[in-house]
Amino acid sequence: MIQGHGIARHALQRLLGVIPTMLLLITVVFFLIRVAPGGPFDSEKALPPEIQANLEAKYHLDEPLLQQYFRYLGQIIVLDFGPSFQYKDWTVNELIAEGFPVSLTVGGLAMLLAFVVGTLIGITAALKQNTPVDYGTMGFAMLGISIPNFVVAPMLILLFAVYAGWLPAGGWDWSLQRMVLPVVTLALPVIAYIARLTRGSMIEVLHSNFIRTARAKGLPERDVIRRHALKPALLPVISFMGPATAGLITGSVVIERIYAIPGLGSYFVTGALNRDYTLVMGVVVFYGLLIILMNFLVDMLYAWLNPKIRYDEES
Amino acid sequence: MTKKADISIVEERSLDPFEAAMGLGDVKGRSPWEDAWHRLLKNRAAVISAMVMAGMLLLVITGPWVLPWEADFTDWDHTSAPPSLETGHWFGTDAVGRDILVRTLEGGRISLLVGLVATLVSLLIGVTYGSIAGFYGGMTDRVMMRIVDIIYALPFMFFVILLMVVFGRNIILIFVAIGAVNWLDMARIVRGQTLSLKNMEFVEAAEACGVRRMDIIRRHIVPNLLGVVMVYVTLTIPQVILVESFLSFLGLGVQEPMSSWGALVNDGAQDMESAPWTLIFPAFFLSVTLYCFNYIGDGLRDALDPKDRL
Repeated sequence: MIQGHGIARHALQRLLGVIPTMLLLITVVFFLIRVAPGGPFDSEKALPPEIQANLEAKYHLDEPLLQQYFRYLGQIIVLDFGPSFQYKDWTVNELIAEGFPVSLTVGGLAMLLAFVVGTLIGITAALKQNTPVDYGTMGFAMLGISIPNFVVAPMLILLFAVYAGWLPAGGWDWSLQRMVLPVVTLALPVIAYIARLTRGSMIEVLHSNFIRTARAKGLPERDVIRRHALKPALLPVISFMGPATAGLITGSVVIERIYAIPGLGSYFVTGALNRDYTLVMGVVVFYGLLIILMNFLVDMLYAWLNPKIRYDEES
Repeated sequence: MTKKADISIVEERSLDPFEAAMGLGDVKGRSPWEDAWHRLLKNRAAVISAMVMAGMLLLVITGPWVLPWEADFTDWDHTSAPPSLETGHWFGTDAVGRDILVRTLEGGRISLLVGLVATLVSLLIGVTYGSIAGFYGGMTDRVMMRIVDIIYALPFMFFVILLMVVFGRNIILIFVAIGAVNWLDMARIVRGQTLSLKNMEFVEAAEACGVRRMDIIRRHIVPNLLGVVMVYVTLTIPQVILVESFLSFLGLGVQEPMSSWGALVNDGAQDMESAPWTLIFPAFFLSVTLYCFNYIGDGLRDALDPKDRL
């Protein structure tokens, strides 16, 4: 596709593309949150003006907006998100360090589950194309895509926690029991997408010439699938992992709220409702970076796996 | 699989070939739209979904007029009443005695309205932007699409949440916020389509006649994008409904006394242990709608885009 460019050069170009994105992200979030009516120190009773002034001075809120903006940019470069406005004595970095491992565990497990189950379902459906198995699984996949996870979550709680009593309804203590429901809820739509993707690409691959050749030379069907069809069929799934990460992160905001999980998503919602400027910006920038980084990695992985895209100059 | 269509073709062929060749007789050529229509009708899932959606629309529009309850009427004799025919609350009531059926239908009005209007906003921005980028090409195109790429990489949901927090919960803003962030895909698709259209003869002919570029885009490019755009619109509507419900679920969407499916699911999730019907009915309506839209979109794509058919 892209010829005459080395893979390193392509990587560099992609990395350079990250900078304007990040800059835009930071700028928009910064000014948006400052326009917001209500400040971080609004409370029921008005603070004495001296204290208000001292507070604003401490957080540099008394400086001109542009100065604040550049100060913030300078901090971001060294990944310092500043102190939180609401959680006194906490820096945003500490809050992220507190919440992110939780979110990462749930999200990572969900991604793993989705990848394994989704591809298995997709391959099965493709091999049984136009049979009841195919229609059935794809019907379920469509359900998985259509039913929002904030509907699935309360339903699962109702079924497995309230009625059956097998699993806890929420909370977090790093035990597997408490992870099951959130991970499954988060994974379901991704499983559905991956299953549909895998099915489509598998069917396409199975119609291609090199598969006919593999069959013609007498390979058993199992080996045809495993040795020849699997890798090219999984390529679209690999490139879906970028958007999937973004989806999981977004989903986690709701899931963490429903299951009362102390992850980064719940910090974000509380922060947004309390106008905790620095926390909200920290989370958005952090997640923005994560998504951009993930897209970049997926892109590289894709290029590395796909023989049709070679960035090497030697060819 | 395609028996019916084959028969009709055979019948057409069996007419006098000379007459047919001369374009005489009643042999009608099938336009690509007719072809697509026939393909769509053969897609059972899409047809059923379309019928269900038509029913849903009818119910949502007329239901609140026909039913005896007002959405904000609180029936103190029946609070948290389970669904029953005797009380007249077929879907039960919530904790303050409001009829769930009426509230679900009224919520559906809002959800569907948001879905339609926000999709139209994204349609308008996306088609304008994409067709200009594609048609002008060159530097204009590169800069415009680069901007799309940059915005595309942003965590979109967080922005919508921020917008809602900053500017308050206002239904017009929901339309604009969702529509304004959702036009990127549309712009990309439209641009791609425009690129392949702009080298066609009829565009060249228009250019030769001296038609201004914006007029060419308006009169020759945009009408030819209809198929792609239609598919995309049906797939965008459920996405938008989902985003709105997501916001309402977080308490950032529409405000009381107005309601949407997302807000109702949120309310229902609070009392689901004592009154599961407050959760189940709105959740069911929301899910069925999303499910049907997705199937209709899939069906349209298969029908309008023969390339993808296997």
